[in-house]
Amino acid sequence: MADFMEMVKWDQLMEATGETIYMTSISVFTTFILGLFLGLLLFLTDKGNIWANRSVNVVIAGFVNIFRSIPFIILIVLLIPFTKLLLGTMLGANAALPALIIGAAPFYARMVEIALREIDKGVIEASQSMGATQGHIIFKVLIPESLPALISGITVTAISLVGFTAMAGVIGAGGLGHFAYLEGFQRNRPIVTLVATIAILILVFIIQFIGDYFTKKTDKR
Amino acid sequence: MISIKNVQKIFPSKQGQLRAVDDVNLEIQEGEIFGVIGYSGAGKSTLIRMLNGLELPTDGTVTIADRVISKIKGAELRKARQEISMIFQHFNLLWSRTVSENIAFPLEIAGIKGPERQKRVSELIKLVGLEGRENAYPSQLSGGQKQRVGIARALANNPKVLLCDEATSALDPQTTDSILELLVDINKRLGLTIVLITHEMHVIRKICHQVAVMESGRVVELGPVLDVFKNPQQPITKRFVQQVTEPEETKETTQHLLELYPHGQVVQLSFIGEATEHPLITNVIRNFDVVVNILQGKISHTQNGSYGTLFIHLDGQASEIQNAIDYIHSQQVGVEVISNG
Repeated sequence: MADFMEMVKWDQLMEATGETIYMTSISVFTTFILGLFLGLLLFLTDKGNIWANRSVNVVIAGFVNIFRSIPFIILIVLLIPFTKLLLGTMLGANAALPALIIGAAPFYARMVEIALREIDKGVIEASQSMGATQGHIIFKVLIPESLPALISGITVTAISLVGFTAMAGVIGAGGLGHFAYLEGFQRNRPIVTLVATIAILILVFIIQFIGDYFTKKTDKR
Repeated sequence: MISIKNVQKIFPSKQGQLRAVDDVNLEIQEGEIFGVIGYSGAGKSTLIRMLNGLELPTDGTVTIADRVISKIKGAELRKARQEISMIFQHFNLLWSRTVSENIAFPLEIAGIKGPERQKRVSELIKLVGLEGRENAYPSQLSGGQKQRVGIARALANNPKVLLCDEATSALDPQTTDSILELLVDINKRLGLTIVLITHEMHVIRKICHQVAVMESGRVVELGPVLDVFKNPQQPITKRFVQQVTEPEETKETTQHLLELYPHGQVVQLSFIGEATEHPLITNVIRNFDVVVNILQGKISHTQNGSYGTLFIHLDGQASEIQNAIDYIHSQQVGVEVISNG
């Protein structure tokens, strides 16, 4: 038991967990904003909606589909020049952020679009009949009415992002993935890998719990 | 108040063009409850949606309170829409908001803030009789309560016109009646002009002053409700009128009556307006040597008066029966002899 306690470098584990939380929270926040924006654009420019515009819709949908389809590990590699240009380095937690956000935002954008489609068209029409502006419709109708779905969507996305950070860790971004790979796998200490896995699981459970709580709290249907 | 001139609406469809509304002309007076009745697909929904610019006419003009709704756009149209509010068949409430917050929504749109908004919301809740349900969410309300929220929301910005798009079609008969009473009440109290579309003649009979009957995009009959009830011209109108004046089993009943009374005559009387209040039968019995037997009757009340049908059986000498029928006729009561016994 003492061996076990010694084998795991607890301060390093804490540091790695901190890095994972940092990468996840920044990328979840940015993904939420960017994905919401893209999802709204996808929805509003679609046929029969207030900004219906086929060409804009096709361009955004194409962009979203392309970035959603590239496997994350390949996306990181493809984005190396872009990240270097942006941050001057390929190492550290910050260097993982562009790939995390560009990988997750299109995924979330589709979820936003699906959530918005669920809203009864009649409600939008009723708002128009009251003289609502487009701003009113977006901020007072579309977003509040789809909020539970938006929250459960960002929860799922956040959990994928935890997975993505682990993958990014392998190529030098730090965090629990990096820790498990470097300290556990490469030094042949399976117990370290296991502890890192447990830390990730706890993180995922916490995210799921918070997500479920707010989904339920906002759902008045 | 509302003037619809030569309005057409053509939708492009795969099988060529669909004329949803075809050359409709209507004038609706201020303070009137105007009903448009038709079966589904008759174009009534498209017509009412052109009154607040949710649809634009392909041709013709829609004018409400000197504003040409079919021409204005943007901010001017939004401003106009605050004065032309609408209630819907499926209520279209925001489920994420409470009753109070739903009613506050149009006030937020109009830029009314704080205490003034609160005050108006509580006035409206009282007006539609939803006291105590302020903090309930739509999912906790019955259909009738939801429509009351819809009405309160529609009245929030003191509109001049209220459009009702099949507002009672999703409600049970009893709730329908209470919502219709509420509409009549606000029409009288606030002097609101109401335009409603429906497929139920019951709704027209109960609250409308004027009615337009629509069939395949055209208005085929138009007039005060009582006149249309008294004297329906088109076959479709006759069918609608029968919905409320004749109980469904009338045909079977008359057949039955004919078998039951082989002598004398079975007569259907139709009363309009004041005629329903005269002691007609008493006069017939006193003045003519006939036996009168009342078989079946029904009186329907409309906003401009009553309309009733009565089946009676007259027995006696043929000449005396004829005299009685002539007398009834002279009292401005419609007489239709069902059979010669």
